[in-house]
Parts: sequence; structure tokens; C-alpha cells
Amino acid sequence: MNLSQNYFELFDLDTGFVLDRAELDTVFRERQKEYHPDRFAHKSDAEQRQAVQNSTHLNTAYETLKSPLLRAQYLLTLQGVLTGEESRKQLPMDFLMQQMELRETLAEAPDTADPFATLEALESKASALEKSCFDHFESAYAEGDLESAEESIRKLQFLNKLLSEIEAMEDRLDEEF
Amino acid sequence: MALLQIAEPGMSLDPHQRKLAVGIDLGTTNSLVASVRNGVAETLSDQAGYHLLPSVVHYSELGATVGAEALSKVSDDPFNTIQSIKRLMGRSSSEVLTLGDQLPYQFSEGEGGMPYLKTALGDLSPVQISADILKALSARAAESLGGELEGAVITVPAYFDDAQRQATKDAATLAGLKVLRLLNEPTAAAVAYGLDQQDKGVVAVYDLGGGTFDISILRLTKGVFEVLATGGDSALGGDDFDHALSQWLLDQAPELERTPAVMRALMVQARSAKEALTEVDSVTLTLSNDQQVSVTRQQFEQLSAPLVSKTLRACKRTLKDAGIKPDEINDVVMVGGSTRVPAVVEGVKAFFNREPHTDIDPDRVVAVGAALQADILAGNKPDADLLLLDVLPLSLGLETMGGLVEKVIHRNTPIPVARAQEFTTYQDGQTAMLVHVLQGERELVDDCRSLAQFTLRGIPPMAAGAAKIRVTFQVDADGLLNVSAKELSTGIESAVQVKPSYGLSDTEITQMLTDSYQFAADDKERRALREQQVEADRLIVSLEAAIAEDGDQLLNEQERQDLLAEIEVLRSLRDTAVSKAIESGVEHLAHVSDFFAARRMDQSIQKALQGQRVDQLD
Repeated sequence: MNLSQNYFELFDLDTGFVLDRAELDTVFRERQKEYHPDRFAHKSDAEQRQAVQNSTHLNTAYETLKSPLLRAQYLLTLQGVLTGEESRKQLPMDFLMQQMELRETLAEAPDTADPFATLEALESKASALEKSCFDHFESAYAEGDLESAEESIRKLQFLNKLLSEIEAMEDRLDEEF
Repeated sequence: MALLQIAEPGMSLDPHQRKLAVGIDLGTTNSLVASVRNGVAETLSDQAGYHLLPSVVHYSELGATVGAEALSKVSDDPFNTIQSIKRLMGRSSSEVLTLGDQLPYQFSEGEGGMPYLKTALGDLSPVQISADILKALSARAAESLGGELEGAVITVPAYFDDAQRQATKDAATLAGLKVLRLLNEPTAAAVAYGLDQQDKGVVAVYDLGGGTFDISILRLTKGVFEVLATGGDSALGGDDFDHALSQWLLDQAPELERTPAVMRALMVQARSAKEALTEVDSVTLTLSNDQQVSVTRQQFEQLSAPLVSKTLRACKRTLKDAGIKPDEINDVVMVGGSTRVPAVVEGVKAFFNREPHTDIDPDRVVAVGAALQADILAGNKPDADLLLLDVLPLSLGLETMGGLVEKVIHRNTPIPVARAQEFTTYQDGQTAMLVHVLQGERELVDDCRSLAQFTLRGIPPMAAGAAKIRVTFQVDADGLLNVSAKELSTGIESAVQVKPSYGLSDTEITQMLTDSYQFAADDKERRALREQQVEADRLIVSLEAAIAEDGDQLLNEQERQDLLAEIEVLRSLRDTAVSKAIESGVEHLAHVSDFFAARRMDQSIQKALQGQRVDQLD
């Protein structure tokens, strides 16, 4: 296995944000069938160690490409752009204000008349924002505006965290009722 | 002209080139070994024809016995008859103490917090005891397959954490088995039913064993299995059905004496009644006070209803975890002897609204699936399409400030996997850092399973937050973890490899292997001792008989007294436990009694020659 190939090349995919998930899954399984340690269980220790390394690499690549956020981050990493926490840049004030409002809504959700409806409304709002950030990333990346693309990623990290907290809150309320 | 050999693809040219590989179901109550022969996976029986090996080991000064013979000693020698050792695999002493009431054994604490059980053969770890069960299965397989085993696939419950998996693998190593793969039990069961042949689907595996209940939801896509969620109850199983029934029997017989022996006997009776009620509608038991009690299937179903509901509630929770609705399940597979109980089958059928798979013996189905996988892993089926991709069953993380767990690898991440996380120092001049590895889903250290702790030393003194420590987690295809830590900022590499605290270190394994060789030497000594004792007895008996017969005629009084004294010397030597001493005693007595033997020989020759003419001698 050629470890110097990027994750897209590894799975014979075009390097870019748009990706055919079914194709990714199929190629991933084909590659695992070739490199998985189970294929080398009866071979030498050295071959087995190599297989663990190869298979680990395939899993990392697959997990990265599978998640739109990790995939977007990876695309920028390939371009030498620092993303997320490593980026020292500030997000626009209006985005941060909006995030604070959304978080307040989340915190107050259990005390509202219909907590589940409140959470559902919040979730669709956050999901819509997430969708627009991904769209923005896609076009910015395509146009080569890496700075703007990187900003989308930082926004997406906020939204991702918010969405998982909404889900956790739903689970908690589910248990209480 | 050379003849070309043509073989079917995937078939070995020479059947003798097939590598012998087995699947082992190392169960809480029973264990099995299976192998693929002539293309068919089947469990292997012992010489008496039994396939199930009770997971029971009895220890005496002379060694270990495993299986039915050990099980028969439960009532007479409970402390030395170890059952359900699987429950203690990978557990720390403190965890074992919480199980204490249920376990009739005496414990001592070993190094690294590992519990040891006190037995007649000394203090033994759960790993050593499991290894004795594996040795018995491996010997059975080598005998019935006629050769050395290439390797084994050993099944473990899907929820087993790293320490429990490591302990299982250690037991195999100790038993001299090469582990081709640790396989999740539900996955093995699905493979046994050939569900991997389907294009895609969602499978629920309902496994009600002797002492545990597991429900697993698997997704398969073109020969690739993925565990979506697992759940269950580690303290619910067929034993609880027996327990419920024996409690009911006690209610019927209030005057029955409640000694441990009576209670054990009652559990055995309850179990056979439960088994009989699968076939018949009513059974009559004779209790130890000769009282007769009848129990009907209906009564038994009433007693077991709460237990069945409990399993179905766990099914519901696990489906929710997997994000699957009951009607999205394509197949339900039944595993474990307790799924023979008709009330269980009915409950499962109603819950999933479909007929569960019950064609393969539920006791053997896991071993059969493991054997199929072992055959592939040994390289006997190069064209096989089946590939089992596993996920990490429980998240792995590190302790951070304030007793919180920072997850490094989340559960359900495909394995093998490697992931690194960077940490920093929180005090100026800090030169050491405690790395505490945990497994579990909860946020607090106290709620997670502690796997290992080690200290990374030699961090160059720097301002707080300046040092960069990278901790790397590597999980292999068996789900086993290795952790290493490294200080990055100055390029000083001080990496540490750790193994879970409750597993065994490689040194300990080596020590135990050496001990078992030592023990093999002890066995040899024991056999030699018995041989020499037999030899001594034979000489003493024959010499005494000869003195009684010919002593008056052939020995003077002094010679007779001397010989009798020499016999007494050997007799006392015989009872020492040293074979070498007995051997030289035997030689000495043979030597000092030589003259007597010679005189008897002369006498018998003279007797034989009397009345015969020389020319008749040829």
C-alpha cells in the first residue's frame, strides 16, 4: 500500500469535497479485503504487523472521508492550511452572537411548555445553518478561496458541537419521561 | 510428460496441506471446540461422545481435572471446584469482591490487583484456570483431528472490554494456543447461519446463556459485518431460571434443611426439571428429604416470565442505541442453551414479530461460526469473501484534570485504529505525568473502567503548558490496546508500552509457562514415584514369601534376621515421597538378598535334576 497517497487517491476518488458515499464504501471494503490483518493471520509476524498498519491507515482514511466535516478539514490540510483550534483567527461577531442565542435556547429548552418541540425546532435551525456552511465551504474551496473555506470549518465545528448537545439533551429528557 | 494437476478454485490440492484450525467457544457454563472437516463445520466430542465441556475445573494436590468429572465434585469439594470463571476474567480484586456473595471461593490478592483463587493446587488466577479449560479443548481437538493445531479463533462477548479480551488471549497463550482472532460471539453465531452470504441486512442476536444475557445488533453489507450496538445483563441467565424454580421448590418444602449441599442439589434438580419441561408438560421431583413435588410447564413459565421480560427490555434499549426499530430487523438468531425454554422463544418471536433462527443447536452455534472463521484465517479458503470488520466496543480515554475522562477513541470506531492526543503539563517545572487509561462511556473517571496507569518521567522542566506530551492509542483487530506516551517539545523520546493492569504482563505469562513446564516435571516425578513404589512392593512381597517358604531350609538365623531387617528398611523408604531413594533401596535389597535367590535357584535346579539321567539333559 502506498502510504504517500492522499486519502482520496487511496480509494481511487477525485480529490474534492463532493463524494459518492456508496462508491467510498465499496472501495473501502475492497481495500480491507486485501489488507485486513485477517488476511494475514496465517502469515509471518512481520506481515501481520504490516497488515495492522495498512488496515489502520485504511480505517483512518475512511473515517476522515466519511465525515463531511473531517473531509473538509482534510482538504485544507492537504493545501497546507491550518484549521480549527490551530487557526488563531476570530469568527465574525454576528456568528458568535447567533451561537450564544442558540445555546441559550438549548439551556432553557427543558423549562418550556413542550421541550421536545423546542429541541426539534432548534435542531432544524442548527441543521439548516450547518447545510449553508457546507455549501459555502464547497464553493469557496472550488474557487480557491481557502481563507473563506477555513472560516466555514470553524463555524461548522461550533454547529457540530451544538447539534451533539441537542441530541444529548433529547436523550436525557427521554430518560426522564 | 508431466501431468497437470487441476484443482477447484479455493480447494487445496492436497488434503494433508490443510491447516488444522479450530473455533473455541469459551463459555461461562460450557465450552466447545469445533472445526471444519470435509467442508462442514462441526463441534468435536470427547471419547464418550459429549460435545459440551462443562467450564468447571477441579483442583487437587495432584493437578487439575476439567469438565463433567470436575463438575461431579461441586458438592463434595466446593472450594476446589471452580465454576463460571469467565465472570472473573479481566476483573480486579475489588470488582471480584462485589461479586463475592455469589461466589463460594476464597480469594487472595495478587500483584497488580489481580485476584487469585485459593485452591488445593495453590493460588490460581482466572487466566490460569481458563487456560486449563482451553488445554482440555485443545487436547480434544488435537486428538480428534489427528495433528498439531495451527491456531484457534476464540469467541468473547461483544461487550468484553480490553482487560477481559486481554485476559482471554493470555489464557490461550498459556494453554499453548495461537490465537488467530478473538471473535465476538454474536458475530460468530450470525456467521454460523451463513447470514454473511446475504447482500445486506440487520441481524439481532439474542444470547441467553447460563449466567449472562447479551443482545447484539449487527449490520452486514456484502460480506462485511459491523456491530451496531450491544447490550444485555451480565447477571441474568439460565441459572436465574434454575434459581427461581429452586426457590419455588423451597416454598413447597418449608421443612427442608437449608445446608449449602442441599441448596446445590436443589439447583441441580431445578435445572434438570427446567430441561425436562422443554419436552413434557409436568415433572415430579423427589427432594433430599424424600418429599415429592410436581411442577408443571405453566408454573415454570409463570416463574420465568419476569426474567423473559427483563431480557426484552434490554433488547428495546439496545435497539434504541443502534437507532433501529424492531421491524427493521431482518433476522433474529438464538444462541445459548436457555433459548430452548419455550417461553423464551415465544417472547422473542412476539417482540421482533418474526420467527427466530433455531435450526443450529443454540449451545453449539457460536463454536460452529468460530470454526468457519478459523478455517478462513488459517488460509484454507483463499477465495473466501467473508471479512469481519469490527468496531471498538467501548470508548477509550485518558484521565484529565478534575477526575474527568477525555475520550481518545470513541466506541464503534472501526478497528484496527491508532489515535494520538496531545497533553501538556499544568505546573511550572513539572517533570513527570501520570497517564491513566480508561474505558467506558461515562464522563467521570470513577464511572469508567480503569485499564492502566503509568508515569511518564523525564519531562524537561518547563513553564506550565510548554511541554507537549503525545499519548498514542493503538487498538489491533482483536480490540486489544497498546498505549505509548512521548514528550515532543525537546525531542526526548520516552515511550512506555502498557498492558491493562488486570491482564498479565509478558513476564508473568513467561513465568507461568515456565511454571507449567516445572509442573510437567512434577508430573513426571509423581509417575516415577508410583512406579518405584510398585517395584518395592513387589520385591518385599516376593522376598517375604520366599523366606516363609524356604527360609528354614536355606537360611541360618542370622541371615534370616538380617534379611527381615533389610525388608523393613525398604518398607519405610517406600513411604517417603522420593522416587530416587526408593529406587536405590530396591537395588540394595535385591543385592543383599542375592545369595538367598542363588541358593533357591540351586535348590530348584537340584530338585529338577533329581531322578533324571545326564544324557536326558540337552
